[in-house]
Amino acid sequence: MSVKRAARIAYLLLIYGFLYLPILVLVVYSFNDSKYSLEWRGLTWDWYQALLDDPDLWQVALNSALIATLSATVATVIGTMAAVALYRYRFFGKTLLNGLVFVLMLTPDIVMGIALLILFTSLSLPLGFWTLLLAHITFSIPFVVVSVLSRISGFDRYLIEAAKDLGASEFQTFRRVLLPMLAPAVLAGWLLSFTLSMDDVMVSFFVTGPSFEILPLKIYSMVRLGVTPEINALCTLMLGVTLSMVLVAQALLRDRGT
Amino acid sequence: MKTREPFKWVAVGTIWTWLALFALLPNAMVLVASVLERGQDQFFAFAFTLASYRRLLDPLYLSVLLDSLYLAALTTVLCLLIGYPFAYLLAQAPARRRALLLLLVIIPFWTSSLVRTYAMVILLKTNGLINQMLLGLGWISEPLELLYTTPAVIAGMCYALLPFMILPLYAALEKLDRRLIEAAHDLGAGRVTIFRRVIIPLTLPGIIAGAMLTFLPALGMFYVADLLGGAKTMLVGNLIRDQFLAARDWPFGSAASAMLTGLMALLMWAYYQSSRRANRGALP
Repeated sequence: MSVKRAARIAYLLLIYGFLYLPILVLVVYSFNDSKYSLEWRGLTWDWYQALLDDPDLWQVALNSALIATLSATVATVIGTMAAVALYRYRFFGKTLLNGLVFVLMLTPDIVMGIALLILFTSLSLPLGFWTLLLAHITFSIPFVVVSVLSRISGFDRYLIEAAKDLGASEFQTFRRVLLPMLAPAVLAGWLLSFTLSMDDVMVSFFVTGPSFEILPLKIYSMVRLGVTPEINALCTLMLGVTLSMVLVAQALLRDRGT
Repeated sequence: MKTREPFKWVAVGTIWTWLALFALLPNAMVLVASVLERGQDQFFAFAFTLASYRRLLDPLYLSVLLDSLYLAALTTVLCLLIGYPFAYLLAQAPARRRALLLLLVIIPFWTSSLVRTYAMVILLKTNGLINQMLLGLGWISEPLELLYTTPAVIAGMCYALLPFMILPLYAALEKLDRRLIEAAHDLGAGRVTIFRRVIIPLTLPGIIAGAMLTFLPALGMFYVADLLGGAKTMLVGNLIRDQFLAARDWPFGSAASAMLTGLMALLMWAYYQSSRRANRGALP
């Protein structure tokens, strides 16, 4: 029995090792005081300093943060309203809408990327800030819907009935009853959308132009030229952003409220 | 009395408009584009043709297609073989530890696959960590050529996509009704029979969902093929990208992409069928 237990733990550890070891190596080497070799030459902040001193990189990072903030915000507004509508109302095409949200989430990034590229080109929209924003909102919406729906399903319908009996309009019910209870899931949806936007390579690759560069694409073009400690540092920073966003989002989603 | 519900109409109207404009319309345009001719100055000429689909069967492209399907299938099977026992152990773990164990899978799920692919490059480089370790141990005398090989691409895709396999498997295994296993046991079924005839059919929706989240991205992730496979490995994703950015043959790229959408539809249909069957077998 204890051999079996040990084997189980060993297997779990092995897979966790596979998932985390490469990332860990990346993080450790971002602090290594050696430009070319893998040999450990002591701790340094030089590579982070080099990133801070690069004005171009600052601009690109700001672009990414701007797109992520705006797209997460719009996607959260639309996604939250959609989730509430899907939960509460009957309307034309509801089943179809529900299905569409899931299909959108499963659509391979490359398919979405070129579909939007064809749309934007046909509309003669110049590729850049606006096209990128529209694309990021689109792929974020389903994640907000799912995150909000998962919380809303556990709700007591009587609370909504009570609000109605007391004469609240639909919007008042949404604003005063549903939204406060949904707040953690809404915030989690925002954080996950922000993460998705910050990390997206594939869709952005097709829908942005040279006028508006963002971090993942910048990293992609840097990485294609080879491994450098500056990229290690940049990737470590990206990992840090993702990690903190996901940890907060998961804590919010787990909190079942009262 | 019919009450006016402006909130309802704003909410429903906004989401419908958005998805119609940015999901339905673009995908319909891809389908239309895939049957158009290639234009001279424009990307398309408005004349119907199935030439792009026929070109997908041209030996040159067919080999890319088949190689890519093979790599994606292999990645999916490997992720399933690694992920199923893992998800099973996760679902069996004591409840108080399960949240943390699950979180440790969710974190890489949300982490940029580009960053994770780059981490793989660091490990596999000629003077990378794995070669340094093997040299240090004296197991090899020359560094191995690990990077820019097909196995490197497979390893990279498994690494990037494993969490996408584990999470749906876990969701299915966690829901698994223990009473059904006990019932099968009481009826005299052996462990293999129980696994094959009870556990697998009941978790089939999770298996198909995981396969969908692994197989489809594995066809498209062109940056994994670029960074880990060099110019040697080409995926459907590389093919599509090159048609849109280098070759400028948009109808052909659209046809390849429409094929991916068709595969997705097929997998979703399989998922729907399997979950109906699994639900029919469930106890009240």
